[in-house]
Parts: sequence; C-alpha cells; structure tokens
Amino acid sequence: MLADKDRIFRNLYGFHDASLKGALKRGAWDGTKLFIDKGHDWIINEVKASGLRGRGGAGFPTGLKWSFMPKADPRPSYLVINGDESEPGSCKDREILRHDAHLLLEGALIASFAMRAHTCYIYLRGEYIREREALQRAVDEAYEARLIGKNNVHGWDFDVYVHHGAGAYICGEETALLESLEGKKGQPRLKPPFPANVGLYGAPTTINNVESIAVVPDILRRGPTWFSGLGKPNNTGTKLFQISGHVERPCVVEEEMGIPLRDLIEKHCGGVRGGWKNLLAVIPGGSSVPLVPAELCDDLGMDFDSLQKVKSGLGTAAVIVMDKSADPIKAIARISYFYKHESCGQCTPCREGTGWMWRVLERMAEGHAEKHEIDLLFEVSKQVEGHTICALGDAAAWPVQGLIRHFRPLIEARIDQYQRAHRDAAE
Amino acid sequence: MPKQLIIDGKPIEVEDGTTLLQACEQAGAEIPRFCYHERLSIAGNCRMCLVEVEGSPKPIASCAMGVSDLPPNRDGSPKKIFTKSAVVKKAREGVMEFLLINHPLDCPICDQGGECDLQDQAMAFGIGGSRYQENKRAVEEKNIGPLIKTMMTRCIHCTRCVRYMTEIAGVEELGLIGRGEDAEITTYLEKGILSEMSANVVDLCPVGALTHRPWAHNARPWEMKKTETIDVMDAIGSAIRVDARGPEVLRVLPRNNDAVNEEWISDKTRHVADGLKTQRLDQPYVRKDGRLQPASWDEALAAAAAALKAASPARIGAIAGDLAGAEEMYALKELMGRLGSPNIDCRQAGEAIDPSLGRAGYLFNATIEGIDQADAIMIIGSNPRIEAPVLNARIRKRWRQGGLLVGVIGEKADLGYKYEHLGSGPDALKQFITHPPAQKERPMFIIGMGALSRPDGGAVLAAAAKSALALGVVKDGWNGFSVLHTAAARVAGLDLGFVPGAGGKSVAAMASAGGLDVVYNLGADEIDIAPGAFVIYQGSHGDRGAHRADVILPGSAYTEKSATYVNTEGRAQQTVRAVFAPGQAKEDWAIIRALSASAGHTLPFDQLSALRAAMYKTAPALARLNRIEPAPVAAISALAGQGGSLASGPLTSMVKDFYLTNPIARSSAIMAELSALKSIAGGAAGLRAAE
Repeated sequence: MLADKDRIFRNLYGFHDASLKGALKRGAWDGTKLFIDKGHDWIINEVKASGLRGRGGAGFPTGLKWSFMPKADPRPSYLVINGDESEPGSCKDREILRHDAHLLLEGALIASFAMRAHTCYIYLRGEYIREREALQRAVDEAYEARLIGKNNVHGWDFDVYVHHGAGAYICGEETALLESLEGKKGQPRLKPPFPANVGLYGAPTTINNVESIAVVPDILRRGPTWFSGLGKPNNTGTKLFQISGHVERPCVVEEEMGIPLRDLIEKHCGGVRGGWKNLLAVIPGGSSVPLVPAELCDDLGMDFDSLQKVKSGLGTAAVIVMDKSADPIKAIARISYFYKHESCGQCTPCREGTGWMWRVLERMAEGHAEKHEIDLLFEVSKQVEGHTICALGDAAAWPVQGLIRHFRPLIEARIDQYQRAHRDAAE
Repeated sequence: MPKQLIIDGKPIEVEDGTTLLQACEQAGAEIPRFCYHERLSIAGNCRMCLVEVEGSPKPIASCAMGVSDLPPNRDGSPKKIFTKSAVVKKAREGVMEFLLINHPLDCPICDQGGECDLQDQAMAFGIGGSRYQENKRAVEEKNIGPLIKTMMTRCIHCTRCVRYMTEIAGVEELGLIGRGEDAEITTYLEKGILSEMSANVVDLCPVGALTHRPWAHNARPWEMKKTETIDVMDAIGSAIRVDARGPEVLRVLPRNNDAVNEEWISDKTRHVADGLKTQRLDQPYVRKDGRLQPASWDEALAAAAAALKAASPARIGAIAGDLAGAEEMYALKELMGRLGSPNIDCRQAGEAIDPSLGRAGYLFNATIEGIDQADAIMIIGSNPRIEAPVLNARIRKRWRQGGLLVGVIGEKADLGYKYEHLGSGPDALKQFITHPPAQKERPMFIIGMGALSRPDGGAVLAAAAKSALALGVVKDGWNGFSVLHTAAARVAGLDLGFVPGAGGKSVAAMASAGGLDVVYNLGADEIDIAPGAFVIYQGSHGDRGAHRADVILPGSAYTEKSATYVNTEGRAQQTVRAVFAPGQAKEDWAIIRALSASAGHTLPFDQLSALRAAMYKTAPALARLNRIEPAPVAAISALAGQGGSLASGPLTSMVKDFYLTNPIARSSAIMAELSALKSIAGGAAGLRAAE
C-alpha cells in the first residue's frame, strides 16, 4: 500500500483548503523557480528518468513525448492539457481539477517551459462545470499571485486558458480536441503530421493528460529516483485508480503502479459485493479496454504491462467491477451503444461498424441471434479495429472482442435458451 | 529528394511530396478510393485506399500518407508496399462491406447506375453477399435547389461535395452535421445552393446521393452517344462532353482540360442543354404583310438576295453575334467584301478593341494556367465570378495557396476571395497608374468587357495598357495583360478582322435609325436594330434578333456543327457535331455560301475544309488548334499610345444576369428558374416556392 508520505495528491478528497493558500501549505509552487533555472533539457531529462508514462490511457512515455517538440522553431509552441475526461469509468481528473488544481497549474508551467511554450490551453469536458469553476478560481489566484502570466515570478511568460468543451467523447482524442479548440467540429485529424509538428493553429503542440502534468512538480521536487522507485520497472510511480461498480465502497485512490487488483479492491473499496468469490469480471481501464474474467484476476497486477499480458490494458485505470449479478453481454452492449453514439462519423469502419456491433449485441443480450453471428461479430470488430483514423474504432472493438474471448459459452447458452423458449412457444 | 519504394515487388522512385496512393498508381497498382480526389484536399475518411506497409502493424490509408512521412527501414533499404496482399484484400472487403450495409442498393432505380464508383468498386473489391441483417439507415432528402437532386440514404459520407463547395466554389453552403451513423450532408437550413458552379458536386459524388435534378430518370449512361466538344457559354471554351440520345442532347458534362477548365464547368454550361430543344428556328421565315410567315429555303434565300442586291453596298452591313463560329463569320466577311460593303462588326456590345493593333491587345495573355503563377491580380471592370466562373475558381484556387494580392476597380461584388476595392470608376484607374508598383514578380491585369464597352472604353484600355507597362505587368518572360471576353465568338471575330473597314460603320451606327438599308444579323440577339432597315437574321433560336427579322435563315447551335471558337486566351478549338440541327436548319457557313450564290457573288468554297483552308490564310491563329502562341507584346505599347479621355461613372460588369446571357440560355426553362431564384432576395424562400 502506498505510504502517505509518497502521495502526490494530498487533497484528493477535498478535505483541505483547495485555494492557493492551502495548496502552498501542501507544498505546491515550492521551488518552481529553481527547476526553471535549471533549463529546458534538465526538466525533460528528469521526467524521462522518472519513467512517467502518460496517464491518459495509451501510456506513452511523457518525457519522450516532450522531447519531440522542435527546439528552434519560428512558430509558437503550445501545451494543451486534455481534461476531456469522458471515458466511462474514469473520474480521476475531476478530483485533481476540483481539489488539487494548483498542482496542475504548476505542472503546466514547468511542462510548458520545458517545451518552450508560453501558452497552455486546458480543455475541459463539457459536463465539468464545477470543475471548470474550481480550475478557473485556481488560475485567477495564480495570476493574482504572479505565479503565472506575463512577467511572473518564475521568469517565463506563461498564459493559461481554460476552454470548456461541449460534451463530446471524441474531443478527448488529441487531434479532435485541437480541432474543437480551434472552433471547428471535433473530428480527429489524419496523422502524420503529428501535433508535435503541426498541432494547434498549425504550430508545434503537445497534448498531455491532466494527471500526467499534475504529477510533474512532485517528480522534480522529490527526484526521479523516488518516482521510479515506486511501482514496477517500466511501470513506475503512483497512479490514481478509480474503482466503480459492484464493490462495497467505490472510490478514487492514489496507489502505487502494479498494485494487485485484489488488494486495490479489498483494501480501498471494502471488497467485491458478496466477497471475492462473487467476482465475475473487471474492466480494468475504462470502458474501452477488454474485460478480464474473474479467473484471471486473482494475481493481476494493475500496470500497463501486466494487463497487456491478459490482453487488456490499464487505460485510465478506471476499474469497473462486475459481480455475478451482472450480465456481461448486456453490459458490453451498453458500452457498444456508447461508442456508436460517440463515433464522430468521419471514417467508414467506425461510423458503420459501431452501429452494426451494437445492434447485434443488443440481440445477443436477449439471445435473439444465431451462433454463427458470434464469429461474425468478432470479425466485424476486427474489420473496425486498426482501420480507422483515430483510436475510437479500436476502443469500440476491444470490449466486444474481450466479451467474445471470455464469455462465448454464455452467449451460446443465451441463444440456446432463447431458441428453446421460442420453439416451445411456437409449438 | 526522390524516394525509393518497392511496390508489389516493383522498385520505383518517386518525388518527395507525392502521396503513397500516387506512388502506387505510378507503379501501376490500382488503388480504390472514394473520398480522395486530385483537386480537393485530402480527407482520408473512406478508408478504401488502405495498403500494407512493411513494418507497420496496421494497414495505412495511402491517400493521406506522404512518401516522405514513411519511417525508413532500419537498414536503409527501400520500404516495401503491398497493394494486393491478403491483409489489403481483407481490409478493402471490410470497408466495402461497411459502406454497403447502410447503402440502399437501389441501383436499378438510381441515376448513377452505370457510372457509379460504389457499384464498380463493389464489383472489383467487395465480397459477393451481405452479412448485415439489421435494418438499414434511412436519411431524409434535402432540398438544395433545382439543380441537385438528393437521395441522402445513398450517401457514403466521403465529403467530396463539402470540400468542393468550400474549397473550389468558395461558398460554405454544404456541411456534415450530426455524429456517427447519424451524420448527414446538408445545407443546415435546407437552403438552395446558388453558386454558379454548384452542379459539379454531382460529378464528384461517387454514389447516387447527388444527381442532376433536371435529368432525373431520363436515360442510362450506356444509351447515350458521347461527343467530346467545346462549350460556348462564355469565352473560356471549357472542354465538355455532350451526351445525346437520338436527336436530343440530354446532358453536358465536363471533360478534363488542365489548361482551361481543369474538370469543372459552370451550371450554365451544364444545364443549358434544355434550351437547345425549345424556341428553335427549324425552318426559314419571310416577313409578308408585316408577319413572319414560314417559307421554303428557296423563297427565303431569294428574298434575302433580293434585298442585298437592291441596296447600295454602303447601305449594307453585317453584325456577328456572341455564339457565331469563325467559319460563318469568315464566310460572311467574304460575302460582304464581295458585295462591296465595309460595314461589318463583331463587337456587339461596342467594345473598343482595334484588332489592327495586334493580338496581344485583346487576348488574355497571361493564360488561364498563368493565373496559377500570378502573385497580384488587378481586376478592371469585370466580375469574373459571373463572366467566367471557371476562371474565377482558378483565381480562388491561386488565392487559397496564399501570397496573392487582388485588387478590383469596378463593381464591388462577392468574388469568393478577398480583394482590395480601389474604386468603381475610371478615376480609380487614373490614380492607380501613378500607384507605386507592388513588389510582385508576376502581376496581372484582368480587363473586363465592362470597362471596354463604354463610350470611353478605348481610353480605359489605353490607360490600362499604360499602367501595365509602367507597373511591370508586361515584361520579359511574363505578359500579365489579360482581356477577359464574355462572348465565345469574339476573339475569333477579331482575329478574322470582322470589324468595320475603311469608312465602315460600327454596330451602334448600323443599328441606329437610318443607319443602313439591309442588316445581316448573324446571331446577334443582344442589340436592337432600329426600324427602317431590312434585317436578315441567321441564328438558331427565336430570340430578340429573330423577332426583328424580315428574313430568318435557321442555323445550328454549337452542338450541331463543327465550328472554330477562339477562347479569351487566343486558344482555337473546334466543336464537334453531337446531333443534327432540327428540321430544316442548316450549318451556318453553308447558309451563307448558298446565299452568296443567290446574290450573284458565289463564294469560292463548297466544302468546310476548303473554307477552313482559305480562312487559315486570313487568320493563321485559327489553325493552331488547342494551342496558344504568345502574342507579340508590341500591341500593348501601341495600345498605350492611344489617346482618349476617361469619363466618370462606375465600371460595371457586362453580364447582368449570369443565367440569361445568350439565346440558348434564354430558351432554357432551368436557366429561367435559376435566374428567378437568384433574383429573389433570400434564396431559401424562393426555393420553397419553386417546389
């Protein structure tokens, strides 16, 4: 279990003062000037050394991402912070925005400085209204205290703009987010060119998750070895886990990377409803990752690599727990509906495939299907995966594939049951 | 730096900046596509062009991947691309299946059938059957005007139409709204599209979602005889294909000609076809007892010949109209010469152009392709958007690339690009001459007929020439002095010298009261000939000219004859006969040849080839088909030396109503409808009323 001294988010639950005064007491904005004085490359190297991987889902090494930014470019550079937290199950960024926003702002200044950006946009999910207010308060305080802004105490001109989205899931995709930020319709861009070359307003841009940025000040203050000493090799540091579903006490908690799933659920959430034996499956990283059935959960470590081994992923570490009362087919059908609803409609496989998958799943949830349609469904999901402009196609396909991989007998049984019932009725 | 690739085992070297799709095509591999179009921005959304790239875990959309963006192989060997592998085949089949699940498959009742990309590619790259058992999506029709019929259920969301309207036509009237499978192409408020180039979206639509409303359910593409010819609706000479069934022209489509129209045509060019069927002069008429009575050819020719013989040569004259081919103008000029009359003129609107000064004085010297190189354009007395929409689209294309400065003296109209309005009258031109030259390499003047067909037109042209020389518009290796004509016949007429000879009368003098005793009107329908003169009208439509006539000799329209037209650049092109002229109407040169015999001055040619051989001696430029020879720039210096004083009063465009500029267009019901819609303030209300 993570020791209290190793916590980065010391006001995660909002028990303390979230204002600048309270944040300063908890150590935010401490020594920021010293980091800046050490130069751009020092910061990037420290972040690289810490082994921090992006907290938005894909797990790309953050320091490496920063190093892709051009060093001498006539165009301005931008940092964009992705606060469009819309993945079903994910609810970590909102806690940071509400209660520890100054960590985010400090991280934004440091990261922007490291990438030679003077401007940072924070894109918030449309539904996050109180969060926006809290963040804006923090931004205003920081301007007031000249921590950020022109001629601030840190000697690096830096402006922060909070942008409120309109509530589309796809705008969490980094290039769709840029389009939305530019005032256009939120549709992902073709890559290449990548945002580090041609991003916001055609200028070099890095897009990071809220959590990735908010942990940076503490990494610098405590040193990269402290961070990399937590967790497992290649999966270092602490992480905000969000556990929802059939547990006694759903919660958001900061824990070490690689913590066993069972510990996470039993120590922080009071266990699975009806005991560990009552566990059916978990979706370990938000709705887009394939579910993991109970038999694989006993020794499951919660980190990028361990979850990849069971053909799932850490995603945003939003753990959705299903006990045996849950109907996994219905659950995945609902997730499928979500992706059908949120597909932007730009490219063919996702636009047409998500609807197809959802419709078949809705029937399967009732058993109103043929057994060969299970293979058909799997094939359709494979036709979507990897053929789209952005990862939403993959995100829509994976839960379906996970379901078929692990619950095929259940689907078949449901079909048999339906056919029996209807044959009986017909006779 | 060229890049080495191995495409399907074939090594190939391509230039940096090409896309993978283009590279594959260069290597001879066929890549299916829907959203990709050479002249539009890249959308990459149909996913049909997926190819397998060595080292990439996923297939890659080849249209959107530049070869320079391909990461190099570790050992530096050329990247291998596969377009026929199992992965690619599977990917294409998958995408095709997705495209078809919500497509209605109503090919038997779809106008696109037979020329449908989706149909063709489904045959080539799809799987045999459908595995989709759910209900198909249905999308409401959109009413987007009288030209474009929608069947949005068929739409595959390639967004070509959206990109075309925004990028090429310059009106942001189409868009994709909604999300996911509910996404729809629409005009948002169901308002009609009233761009002069809107119907090109129908050609771009790879399926039957957008089809031509005026031709709906008329014919199948394989039933029609296709004739490649030239358009005469403006002075651009767009390349077109005329599709006819039997004696009837059913539709007009654009052909590719990068030097002229790329692959766009204006709505007038495309939809004027119904005007070829109505108001036709299909037999000769002679005015008896104050009324035009049907007559035989012999009677009509005799009446015309008698009138010509009776009048003294100085009291005879000929006017050539906007659609006349060079052949008939040459024949008419020869006839008038033999009759001893110096009164000939092709400048119907009174354009102050003197062809004797040299060709460069009245041509679009910069050429249409030259617009791509221009970095500053000064538009004087022209509204290219309605005078030559395709040319205007070319300017817009250049403007979109950036670094183009546009100025306008004249009408302050919406041209589809930003410009600086320097003033509306010749005063602005006067000031502009003393203007310090813009620091531009390839400046261009576009001088419209609105500037030249005024009483002080000669002075305006001279002033423009003077400032062109002063401001570096004309220099070594670049001639940006460009006259934009509005009539297809005009340049050929000027090339032939169809202008008054010594002591001859101009159009205005000929048409004025007491000007002449006999006027030979060769399709000039935009002037009024004062009462008094005996008028012989030769033309294809019963328009203004025919009403004023005393003898009508029915001629052919541009789809019914082989005639030479020289476009505003000086590019000679020939039309090809697609159908025969209706009834007793004849080819125009032959009518004049027959009349010459009746009038006792038989012209020395009885075949078109003999006429052309003689004509090419008079005007060698007409023989250089489809080519442009730069005209000697001395003509511009000569122009600059002309005097005249500039009057005041604003320069306006010659074209008042884009849809009704010539007799064919005025006979077209569709053009009339469009004209009416355009004139109603707030097009949306008008469109609903029209339905």
